[in-house]
Amino acid sequence: MMRFKGKVAHKFAESPLLELRLPAWRSRLMALLILFSFVVLIGRAFYLQILDTDFLQEKGESRYRRDIEITASRGRIADRHGDVLAISTPMRSIWAVPPAAQLTSEQTQHLAALLEIDAQGLARKLTSDKPFVFLRRQIPPPVAAQVAALKLPGIGQDKEYRRFYPTGEMTAHMVGFTGVDDKGLEGAELAFHGPLLGTPGSRSVIKDRRGQIVEDVGSVKPPQDGEDISLALDSKVQYLAYSQLKQAIADSKAKAGGIVVLDARTGEILALANWPTYNPNNRESLSGGQLRNRALTDTFEPGSTLKPFTIALAMDTGKVRFDTQINCAPGRLQIGGATISDTHRYGVLTVAEVIQKSSNVGSSKIAAMLPAQAMWEMFHSVGFGEVPRLGFPGEVSGRLRPWKSWRPIEQATMSFGHGLSVSLIQLARAYSVFARDGDLVPLSLTRVGAAKPRGTQVFSPQTAREVRAMLEMAVRPGGTAPKAQIPGYRVAGKTGTARKLENGRYTTTKYVASFVGFAPASDPRLIVAVLIDEPRGKYYGGEVAAPVFASVMAGTLRTLGIAPDAPLEVAQGAKPAVKARL
Amino acid sequence: MVRLNVLLLLTVMLCSLGVVTSQHKARQLFQALEVQQERTRQLEVEFGQLQLELSTWGTAPRIEKIAVEKLGMRTPDAETLLPSLPTGGASR
Repeated sequence: MMRFKGKVAHKFAESPLLELRLPAWRSRLMALLILFSFVVLIGRAFYLQILDTDFLQEKGESRYRRDIEITASRGRIADRHGDVLAISTPMRSIWAVPPAAQLTSEQTQHLAALLEIDAQGLARKLTSDKPFVFLRRQIPPPVAAQVAALKLPGIGQDKEYRRFYPTGEMTAHMVGFTGVDDKGLEGAELAFHGPLLGTPGSRSVIKDRRGQIVEDVGSVKPPQDGEDISLALDSKVQYLAYSQLKQAIADSKAKAGGIVVLDARTGEILALANWPTYNPNNRESLSGGQLRNRALTDTFEPGSTLKPFTIALAMDTGKVRFDTQINCAPGRLQIGGATISDTHRYGVLTVAEVIQKSSNVGSSKIAAMLPAQAMWEMFHSVGFGEVPRLGFPGEVSGRLRPWKSWRPIEQATMSFGHGLSVSLIQLARAYSVFARDGDLVPLSLTRVGAAKPRGTQVFSPQTAREVRAMLEMAVRPGGTAPKAQIPGYRVAGKTGTARKLENGRYTTTKYVASFVGFAPASDPRLIVAVLIDEPRGKYYGGEVAAPVFASVMAGTLRTLGIAPDAPLEVAQGAKPAVKARL
Repeated sequence: MVRLNVLLLLTVMLCSLGVVTSQHKARQLFQALEVQQERTRQLEVEFGQLQLELSTWGTAPRIEKIAVEKLGMRTPDAETLLPSLPTGGASR
């Protein structure tokens, strides 16, 4: 450049190039174009900074901001004393991303040993072409820590909750269980699924290079842990009921059975057990029969346990008194083409004795005095043919046909519990009308507060007291169930022995033995209903079900500290001398 | 004018150093809080596990087994029981 400096004679303004005449629009066009591009840039900047601010901010935040979900745990289920029946505790699940998991055979062996799974199966999983596989779910955190310490590529873990049931098979039907993804599937877990379930919270944080949380940004949404549910169940009573039922079923080689213990004053379910049952902690080999909560989902023809209801109705409407004489001879009654018979030939019985001796003929004759509609209404108002509405899965209504279609023979058989079907819990609840002063108490799975529930009045208090006295006679010597006696307490109850229906006919080999009763009879506190399905050998309710009632009731009265109400001499060795009858 | 500018500059520098320090301290405290919160969660989990253990050891079948087999206890027979009532004798 310097070389030319001497040569160049003219200044820039005199450059000959400037002499060239260009059209004026070209420069103007360029200026306009440049101006236009500036406008575009400003417009874009305006759009990004003022109108659509989220986009850039999100991009910026995503460099350092992380959203973390905070898991909420499922609520606990406890019994009335706060003993835990179901609880969630965190576990780990180990997963793999097969394309990334390139392990040596030694590493695979080691991992398989830690997870206690088959090494070949693990190798197969790791070489599969799936993008994601679970290797093992729900392993204890210490084992998971060992796995993490191996630092294997492509192997990760997640936190999840596992539900434990410390009382196991004892409370299986009451508590139920959850599936692997924490969804209630049975029992109280399903009935209270909503409140038990927590809502997970979230927080956004700033993480540093090492992945540590440095700061919270924005608001933290705290997780809402599920509510703890306190059932009305009493673990001790439940154990008594369960173990006695199990024993009785083993002794009588029965097919199935159930037992319900109710608090007569509050309607709380203190215990409910069924056999067969299952262990909710280990549900690998489950059958539908084990899962069924028979006391609620299965109906049966109750048999003689229903007699007091018909008789109470007859007394309530003034058709009979407790000492009205009913001629039950010759132990046989012809209605239409069918014959109703008693197990023994009784002569003239009073109404009280009809219950005490459990005479089918007597109750049929009393039923004949009543209009079908009144009987149907009474059955309906003690809760038969209606779902108990506990919120439990699979509750059934039982079968109570409309009264208009009843034939005389059906009305007679219904008076002693055939031709209609009920569930055990319905039967136990229905007896609350006698255990209380004629009102039917609503049932409750959870604890009832200080306010004692008032039931719906079905019978007058006077009738209820009279029937209670008759039911007390049934367990005394001379009644059908002396084995239901409890030394020290006055007990009232009724046996039932019903033939099972098979293909529309009553069998002579398969029976359902039942007993429903309450104590102390002077001021009833507890109702216990026992059902034994298909006992072998002895099959009378008074022989099979009554002893279970007696031991469960005795244990429960002692556990709850209820004072004995019987005169002392009864406590000094009551020896049932009379054979039990139907 | 220059002196005022220098003074302002120094003030700004001091303030920004203060911001840096307090930010650092805030983060340290936050970390400590995080550690303690994590501990809370851990303790809650442990509480749950201990509750589980308690109710597993305390199940009625186990208590009965130990009472009967190890300690040789039994339920008294009704004949040997004499109920005592607070007032008014046995029958009310």
